[in-house]
Amino acid sequence: MKKKGWKELPIGGVILEAANTKKYSTGDWRTFRPVIDLDKCTNCMRCWIFCPDSAVCLVDGKVNHFDYEHCKGCGICAQECPDNVKAITMIEEAKAKEGK
Amino acid sequence: MRQINPDVCAAYPITPSTQVMEQFSEYVADGLVDTELIATESEHSAMSACIGAAAAGGRVMTATSSQGLALMWEMLYIAAGMRFPITLACVNRALSAPINIHGDHSDSMGARDSGWIQIYAENAQEAYDNQIQAVRIAEHMDVRLPVMSCMDGFITSHAIDSLELLDDKTVRDFVGEYKAINPLLDVEHPVTYGALDLQDYFMEHKRAQAEAMKNSRKIVIDIAKEYKKISGRGYEYFEEYYMDDAEIAIVILSSAAGTVKTVVEAMRAKGEKVGLLRPRIFRPFPYNELSDALSNVKAVAVMDRADSTGAEGGPLYMEFKSALYNRKKQPLMINKIFGLGGRDLMLPDIEMVYRELRDIKNSGKIRALSEYITVRGEEAAYGKA
Repeated sequence: MKKKGWKELPIGGVILEAANTKKYSTGDWRTFRPVIDLDKCTNCMRCWIFCPDSAVCLVDGKVNHFDYEHCKGCGICAQECPDNVKAITMIEEAKAKEGK
Repeated sequence: MRQINPDVCAAYPITPSTQVMEQFSEYVADGLVDTELIATESEHSAMSACIGAAAAGGRVMTATSSQGLALMWEMLYIAAGMRFPITLACVNRALSAPINIHGDHSDSMGARDSGWIQIYAENAQEAYDNQIQAVRIAEHMDVRLPVMSCMDGFITSHAIDSLELLDDKTVRDFVGEYKAINPLLDVEHPVTYGALDLQDYFMEHKRAQAEAMKNSRKIVIDIAKEYKKISGRGYEYFEEYYMDDAEIAIVILSSAAGTVKTVVEAMRAKGEKVGLLRPRIFRPFPYNELSDALSNVKAVAVMDRADSTGAEGGPLYMEFKSALYNRKKQPLMINKIFGLGGRDLMLPDIEMVYRELRDIKNSGKIRALSEYITVRGEEAAYGKA
């Protein structure tokens, strides 16, 4: 997305479009990314409820993957995943990007 | 304020601006205005409520002084950054400590970088005239910035002074109907105010805000011309008093200029080429025009009713020095800090400054760049008259 110059912006930092935070990629703030082991996941949905960025994605009503465009890597999902399940691990973003 | 009939007025009374709200709340109670009056629990809340009301799409006014303005600090920047054309009557009063209720400019001078336009009035008539013009300046589509209309606490605010009022209809026609930009109450077009603005866009928004302040230079003059048509009273960036052939001059804001005028007249009668320059618009600072006005003067004393301790001198002095820095013709310039906490500036005090300027003009030598006058314990280098 090409960023606008100062003459093109509405004054006062106002945002004219509703729900446009989707366009703001907060995923690049992330230091650790959550990775889920779907074999361990029991679909208790706690991660989905607690995620502050609505970045836990469902397929057919079941936890499936994370939206890495918006996940800031806060780790709440991994923390809230029940102790007897622990299906989510946080791994270093740099390592994840190297494909490890 | 009654004649302007704003949509919302949120305030917390503080001396010496109390009477503004006291009187205005009577108008509200008597049904003379349609204004929603919000009595808040602090000035921080007052300015916050003003901002909320302005975001909703209302014409908003308030008044404060001193500690009240200081408590609004955080919100002053937000009002300017969000580009809300709020107008504020600032009845200048010293900032504590020690506690003092009388007039000096430490409150509004501290807010000079908050992004508000600042206009300083010499007397009650001008305070009235400025307040009406302030609404039009703030709301101009090329500006959309808040305006602080300043007058000296007690000296101007509580003195009995005669002034000419315009009739209600003339004022209402002059200020016209308020046109809000992106109001929150326009539910068909929802917008977000106050969103996070980081490295990627913050600077663009600040650049646009700086441009609005730049635009206001022209607008303050345009509005003054229009105002002259309805009132017969003309205003410029500043007032020049016997400046045409002046060799030495005093630069001073607000009510103290009235006292200086008396001295100028007396000295002129003795054939001394003395003048006075009274800036009216402090933000935006009309540096080119002010520098031009001083270009033929040999020695100038910029007199500040506020100090910026640790700096070379007071805030007005520093503006003038910086404005003249790139000029080929520069007058010699000194600074006097006077009248803090409402301390009187008497005729002999002003004569003393002119005498010092005369010596500077003749000798080319400056004894002291900046010093306090009208204070006990300092040796008066130029004696009493």
